[in-house]
Amino acid sequence: MLFYHLLPGDEMNDNLRYSRQIKLPEVGTEGQEKIGKAKVLIVGMGGLGCPAAQYLAAAGVGTLGLMDHDQVDATNLHRQILYGTADIGKAKAETAREKLQHQNEKISFKTYNQGLTIENALEIINDYDIIMDGTDNLQSKYLINDACLLAGKPWVYASIYKYEGQLSVFNYKKGPSYRCLFPKIPQADISCEATGVIGVLPGILGTYQAAEVLKIILGIGQVLSGQLKIIHTLTMQEQTITFKRDEKQVQEVLQRDLRQETNHCQLKDLNQLYLDVREAHEQPKPEQEVLKIPMPQLQQRYREIPQDKAVHVFCQSGIRSSQAIQFLQEKYGFKNLINVEGGIQSLLK
Amino acid sequence: MKVRVRYFGAIAEQTGRNEEVLDLTAVGFMVQDVKSFCLEKYSLSDAESLQLAVNQELNKEGELSDGDEVAFLPPFAGG
Repeated sequence: MLFYHLLPGDEMNDNLRYSRQIKLPEVGTEGQEKIGKAKVLIVGMGGLGCPAAQYLAAAGVGTLGLMDHDQVDATNLHRQILYGTADIGKAKAETAREKLQHQNEKISFKTYNQGLTIENALEIINDYDIIMDGTDNLQSKYLINDACLLAGKPWVYASIYKYEGQLSVFNYKKGPSYRCLFPKIPQADISCEATGVIGVLPGILGTYQAAEVLKIILGIGQVLSGQLKIIHTLTMQEQTITFKRDEKQVQEVLQRDLRQETNHCQLKDLNQLYLDVREAHEQPKPEQEVLKIPMPQLQQRYREIPQDKAVHVFCQSGIRSSQAIQFLQEKYGFKNLINVEGGIQSLLK
Repeated sequence: MKVRVRYFGAIAEQTGRNEEVLDLTAVGFMVQDVKSFCLEKYSLSDAESLQLAVNQELNKEGELSDGDEVAFLPPFAGG
C-alpha cells in the first residue's frame, strides 16, 4: 500500500496537491487547468503582495510575476510576512521567489527587481493575464491603471490606511477604471511609513485580492467590478460603494501615452530653508523653491548647502534625512542641520 | 430632515469621528451643500481628490432625502 499523500516533490501527483480545490464543483479539473495556465503579475511585494503571492502560489497559478524595486527593511517585517530577519537588505522580488518556489516548486516565477515605470509598464504587463496591485503609492496605482487600460487587462486593487482598507477590481470586462473612482490625484501621498499600519490589515486585503484573482481566472462568482469595498478592522464594519465607468476618463487614457502623475504640495512654513535629500522621482514635490540634493550626490554637492543659517533636512519619512545629517556633520562639520522627523508629510500645509 | 454622514481614512481623522448626523435644514438640502458645510467645518484639505457617495452610490448629485447616508471617500495609498 502506498501513501501518496506523504510523497514529496515530483512524486506527488498534481491532482492530489490541488484535490481539495478540485473537489469544488465550480473548480474541478477544468478549473485547475485554467489556474495552471494563468499568468499573474504582482506589482509590489510588500504587505499586500506577500500574502497574495503565497495563496496564488499554493493554488497553482502557472506563472507568477513578482515585481519590486526595493530591498527588505527591518520596518517591513511586521507586515511583509514572506521575509525574516535574515532577509534584511536583500531584494524583495528575488527573496520572495526563493520562499514561494520552496512552497510550490511546480509553478514558474519571473522576478523584476525594479519598479513599474512609464518606460517598462506596457511591455511587462502585456505578458500577463491579470495584474495585482501591491504598491504603496498613488503614482504607481494610476500608472498600473493606465497601462492596464491600454493593454486591455483587468487589475485587482487594494490600498490601506492605518486600520482601513479599500478593495476593487478595475478594467474587468469593460468595467470602470481607477480614474472613474478617483479622477484626481491628491496633493499628499500618504504611505505606511508616514502614518503607521496594523500588520494584519494588508494580510486581510492581500488575501481578498488573491480571492478576486482566482475568481477572474475561474470565471466564477461576482467579481468586485464597479464596487469599492471598504473594510475597517477596528469595528469590523464593511461598506460597499458602487460606481460607474466614466467614458471620458477612459478615453482620455486610451488617447494619450502613459504619463507620470505628479502631485505638487505646498509647504507650511516658507521662512525656513529646506534641503530635500530624496531622489528626483519622489513625490510629492513642493511648489516652493527648496534645495534639492539626492543622498548619493551629497559628497559632490555639499558646498551648495549654507553653513551660516539653520537648514531643515527632509526626505519621505525622516530616516534618510537623519542619515544625511550624520554624514554631513561627521564628514564636513556641519552644525546647522535640523532633521524633519516626520518627513515631507509633516511639512505640508 | 436628517442625513448620516460617514468619514473614511484620513478624513475621519481630520473630522475626529467616523460618522455624524446632520440636520439638512441647517446645512442645505443638496449633496454639494453637505460637502461645502463639512469642508468648511473641519477645514478639510485636499478637497479635489475627495469623492462623495450617497446611499453607497458614487457621484450622486442633487437633493438629499431624510435618512440618506453621505460618505466622504479619500483615496488610500498604502500597501
